[in-house]
Amino acid sequence: MFRNQYDTDVTTWSPAGRLFQVEYAMEAVKQGSAAIGLRSKTHVVLACVNKANSELSSHQKKIFKVDDHIGVAIAGLTADGRVLSRYMRSECINYNYTYESPLPVGRLVVQLADKAQVCTQRSWKRPYGVGLLVGGLDESGAHLYYNCPSGNYFEYQAFAIGSRSQAAKTYLERRFENFTNSSREDLIKDALIATRETLQGEKLRSSICTIAVVGVEEPFHILDQDTVQKLIDAFEIVGQDEPSVAEPDVATEPGAAAEEGAGAGAGAGAGAGDGAGQGAVAEPDVAPMDI
Amino acid sequence: MTKEHANWSPYDNNGGSCVAIAGANYCVIAADTRMSTGYSILTRDYSKICKLADKAVLASSGFQADVKALQKHLAAKHLIYQHQHNKQMSCPAMAQLLSNTLYYKRFFPYYAFNVLGGLDSEGKGCVFTYDAVGSYERVGYSSQGSGSTLIIPFLDNQLKSPSPLLLPAVDAVTPLSEAEAIDLVKTVFASATERDIYTGDRLEIVVLNADGTRYEYMELRKD
Amino acid sequence: MESNQAKPGLLCNPDASQRTLYPYVTGTSVVALKYKDGILMAADMGGSYGSTLRYKSVERMKPIGKHSLLGASGEISDFQELLRYLDELILYDNMWDDGNSLGPKEVHNYLTRVMYNRRNKFNPLWNSLVLGGVKKGQKYLGMVSMIGVNFEDNHVATGFGNHLARPILRDEWHENLTFEEGVKLLEKCMRVLLYRDRSAVNKLQISKITEEGVTISQPYSLKTFWGFSAFENPTLGAEGSW
Repeated sequence: MFRNQYDTDVTTWSPAGRLFQVEYAMEAVKQGSAAIGLRSKTHVVLACVNKANSELSSHQKKIFKVDDHIGVAIAGLTADGRVLSRYMRSECINYNYTYESPLPVGRLVVQLADKAQVCTQRSWKRPYGVGLLVGGLDESGAHLYYNCPSGNYFEYQAFAIGSRSQAAKTYLERRFENFTNSSREDLIKDALIATRETLQGEKLRSSICTIAVVGVEEPFHILDQDTVQKLIDAFEIVGQDEPSVAEPDVATEPGAAAEEGAGAGAGAGAGAGDGAGQGAVAEPDVAPMDI
Repeated sequence: MTKEHANWSPYDNNGGSCVAIAGANYCVIAADTRMSTGYSILTRDYSKICKLADKAVLASSGFQADVKALQKHLAAKHLIYQHQHNKQMSCPAMAQLLSNTLYYKRFFPYYAFNVLGGLDSEGKGCVFTYDAVGSYERVGYSSQGSGSTLIIPFLDNQLKSPSPLLLPAVDAVTPLSEAEAIDLVKTVFASATERDIYTGDRLEIVVLNADGTRYEYMELRKD
Repeated sequence: MESNQAKPGLLCNPDASQRTLYPYVTGTSVVALKYKDGILMAADMGGSYGSTLRYKSVERMKPIGKHSLLGASGEISDFQELLRYLDELILYDNMWDDGNSLGPKEVHNYLTRVMYNRRNKFNPLWNSLVLGGVKKGQKYLGMVSMIGVNFEDNHVATGFGNHLARPILRDEWHENLTFEEGVKLLEKCMRVLLYRDRSAVNKLQISKITEEGVTISQPYSLKTFWGFSAFENPTLGAEGSW
């Protein structure tokens, strides 16, 4: 159950200089279904995969509008994501009340990161178990940031987080040099393809993904399902119809359960443990504290 | 120091008049753009009209700083409402919110005199009229502000709306067509400008109907 | 003073009553206008203690960051305190070093909130403020009063200026004033104020803000002519006056 004796609270260092609780929180991000973001000079596109918890339920919302010029896509504990997006919304409203102008994206991201950092230094708190891709526009241009539970944040040209995001990252790494001058449509196309990469053969349908856009002269908005389906059809992005995809599906089952929240209990906990092990094996060269 | 100063007051009256008229399928909201203090004009082009939602437009006169704070507060509340409900607030909902907001400051009131015009859920014109501390009523037409004492009787005479005491209640919306209502608004403002020194310069008219929102302007006397 | 009124301190703490209920040292009008390339603003340098001309070199116009220029009339100490707030605001804004900066619109709005908040606490900053600026080719000129009343216009003036200078500005102002024409118009306004406003002094500065930044002139004085017959014997022809 316990990996070692240094992971029982956030404020305890391991002799190797690691904070295990913070690393566990970052594992929660990897368990959540994938979220993808990419930007050009003028636009940011956010995309995410919607995984329903069970056959009987619908999926949870993973992309939130923060203001006309900012939006977020999340992976990890959706409940934490909602709390943080509410915080971001109120910061934007307050800034707008004082200055009657939009809050610069980078500044909001720093405030958000500082909020996450506090949780890594208080014995009575727990780090947020959610990663946020923050996309937005301000007078210095379009921006895409990744905020992680450790309180670190990074600016990206394109990025993906969540389960099987490595496939999307591989795709984005091959293509990102062209993104700066991409048109809005090309950006959405790349977002859809990157999203498909994370599906591991499952067919890309509008019912399992959400796309949102923000850009010059275009306030942040989530594209409706019909529009997304039309885009998928137009770009002819069709996954290889492999019949047996049962195995990877089973592998991600605990991940989906973890996203449901802390209430999932022991089952989810055990699942998270497994997932953490797998994640570490799958990406051995990524030292957790670097993120 | 001897008392040669007038006592400081946290309030001022920056003047101005507002009118709103509800029709069967439209609503006209209008206000002049003069802003004054005492006998001086501060500016001739200050809009007293604030579009709070797709189907709710607020016109306010009184103390400009309070009006501005009120508008910003309502705008922020409406943003939160949109985040939570994924839709625009309806005019009757905004009317209740405005009343609550005004009453919240019952003992240090916003010195703001409001008329809220818009379309209800059936697309029918609606007008809500307020006092500074939040009591309000849905009516067919109304006027607030420095010229209201001149405008109200004029509207009463021209619109001949059924008595609000009638039972069963008769619809308060005016029988005029949209174009007739706009003409009437232009006339009442031209008249009010003749006698009210705080009304003038320019008239801003907002027309709400099924097609959306339209703005019209008319010059008024500048003396 | 004997009085049968309730003594302060029974119901409220007298220590808490540190409020400006009237000003001590005041500056008079500020006049500003938009011109072809930006904003021009003028203010004299007098500081009055009641009706005594107490200070003669008060700078009442200051640059705020890169894009804004602030002019103030009213209580000088309140203005100088406000400048300290704004210095901090601009400092923190610059510290982000992220390519974003507060423009004149943002500063004007911030000032509006500060003034209105202080009036809500019954503790006003006793000033009329004029804020001008240029950012990204957009000219901005606005005013805020002591109690938070605020607006934008093509030309503004505080205090006596609203009575004496703005009628001139309404007559003569137009969108395409050159720098020279703008200065001439401001000097005309300042001369009228000098003649008619007893607390105005003949030592003034004119400042300019454009896309390039702020320049504030050295103090100088206007040529005046006091030999008008109306000045020499103002009651002549006014039958029944002393």
